[in-house]
Amino acid sequence: MLKDKIERPGYLLIAVLGLIAPMVFPAYVQQIAMLWIMIVFALTWDAMGGQMGYNSLGNIFFFGAGMYMAAVAQIWPWYDVGEYTDPAGALKTSFTIGQYFTGLALGIVMAAVGSVILAVLFGLIVFGLRGPYFAIGTLGIAIAAGELIGAWDWVGGGGGIRLPVFPSGTDADPLFRVPFGAITSADLQGIFFYWACFLLAAATFFFFRWLYTTRFGLMLNAIRDDETKSEALGIRTTLYKTIAWSMSAFFLGISGALFGNIIGFIEPLEVAFPTVTFGIFMVLMALLGGKGTLWGPVIGATLFHVIKEVTWTHLLGWQWVVLGLLIVLTVVFFQQGIVGWIQERRPEWFGIGVDRGTAGQQADAAGKIAR
Amino acid sequence: MTHLIEVEGVSKAFGGVIANNAITMSVEKGSITGLIGPNGSGKTTLFNSIVGFHPIDDGSIRFRGQEISRLRVPQIARLGLLRTFQQTRIFKKLNCVDNMYAALSHREGHFAGMFAKKSGEAEERAEHLLDFVGLYQKRKLRAGDLSFGQQKLLEFAMAVMNEPEVLLLDEPTAGINPTLINGLIDRLRLANEQFGLTLFVIEHNMRVIMNLAQHIYCLAHGELLADGSPRELQEDQRVIDAYLGAH
Repeated sequence: MLKDKIERPGYLLIAVLGLIAPMVFPAYVQQIAMLWIMIVFALTWDAMGGQMGYNSLGNIFFFGAGMYMAAVAQIWPWYDVGEYTDPAGALKTSFTIGQYFTGLALGIVMAAVGSVILAVLFGLIVFGLRGPYFAIGTLGIAIAAGELIGAWDWVGGGGGIRLPVFPSGTDADPLFRVPFGAITSADLQGIFFYWACFLLAAATFFFFRWLYTTRFGLMLNAIRDDETKSEALGIRTTLYKTIAWSMSAFFLGISGALFGNIIGFIEPLEVAFPTVTFGIFMVLMALLGGKGTLWGPVIGATLFHVIKEVTWTHLLGWQWVVLGLLIVLTVVFFQQGIVGWIQERRPEWFGIGVDRGTAGQQADAAGKIAR
Repeated sequence: MTHLIEVEGVSKAFGGVIANNAITMSVEKGSITGLIGPNGSGKTTLFNSIVGFHPIDDGSIRFRGQEISRLRVPQIARLGLLRTFQQTRIFKKLNCVDNMYAALSHREGHFAGMFAKKSGEAEERAEHLLDFVGLYQKRKLRAGDLSFGQQKLLEFAMAVMNEPEVLLLDEPTAGINPTLINGLIDRLRLANEQFGLTLFVIEHNMRVIMNLAQHIYCLAHGELLADGSPRELQEDQRVIDAYLGAH
């Protein structure tokens, strides 16, 4: 089959391009890192919205929650968080290479585990809601989280937190010198987090790719197509929904931890819980590419990110108009998305079709009834 | 004969409308039991009560001697009491084989099973059952693209795939053409004989239910009007009056 022929070389090509991109396009490292995060956004949203039929507008909550939990975990082992975030800024801080990377590892673990715990807790509340009520309920959580964090002085309130700076000693450290030669620590930070984002996107993609081949994936689709029927068949719908949300939260939490460190400064409304930008982008990207498919979110995120970056650079002032237009066109005229559209045109590529079967099979099937 | 389902004094009201009033009936193990009555007589409400779709106001429902009137839909389904829907519910975007997989029993609740791949054994059974209802060739089509009658057949095959002990069928032949009806009756009877499946059937088509069921209950205005063998019911003046509207 065509699929088998292009699959392996395709993955290999993407892997090579992904790995060498920061060396080939050093000026665009952050933009391409952002692309990988966008792909994580779209994939995790689609697991809920596309595969399970629960259109969450609040998935961005886990992004922000992960970002803040990571930040706290990066600071807390070495400094008092309250003093560190004090806007008076009297505290002098510096992190050694060891402290920085220990904190970062701890932060990523905290972001992942903490987001899963939050998903389970909030799942208990919001999974009583269906359809538009679920969308609004989850949106409420994300907005409320932004406001609450903004009022919480211990984590910096509305003033936010500046994250530990990538240690300047790294450019002298032989461990980092060897692969890159002479390079500044700022460049090094960019490349380091670029690879972390790439790894995260790959892990997310292959995780969901595997998940959709299991019984679990099928149950998500069953819940999407008819939840009442699923319950009538004895499917533990609440359990499946909660686990699916936890999976999304896991990857989103890590993406938040990485994004916070790329930006270097986090605050609740624009960076951590941006419901009207990233929160909507993740929905749009999945819709554009084709929701409920594996590749749809990836393609949608890539296309969207390119459009977004180009308009932000060359059509500044019009970027929101272009974006609004894209949303309207997708929602009104192109609901099935790119992959969905291909699937409609060429169902046989996706194994959909009447199977005439061979005479032998027919006889075999007939034999089975007789038995 | 053992009573598989025992309904005792079950009442259910929606606001001021009394849909079921103190209904008592039972379904024997291995039997095909019918439930008839004019439109709005409370048949589907009684089905919904039995499968836990809504709480009942009064009375008791037992399945294999176990009280189930406080359990929820998925729990009751996992006990082996399954229903099909009057409006036919299938998973529209999944193909027929995946519909059958989704219908596999969820009785054993181990965690690893959730992430299992599709097994060859289940696939064989799914294809066998799809063949049983005549959908083998269309097994890779999306269920939503099937005709209404075929969707009904698929829903029935899914129910059998689940291996329940009792199957509650809500108007299995509604909207199906007469030729297909005969096939469906044959299959219902075969499932009853071959798989030992107990059937409890709501049906408006008198020819179908009189041929199929061994024992029939008749509801009217939310109350149990009569019960007996098909012959007894056909000759019961109260049943005839209820259907023809005599007062």
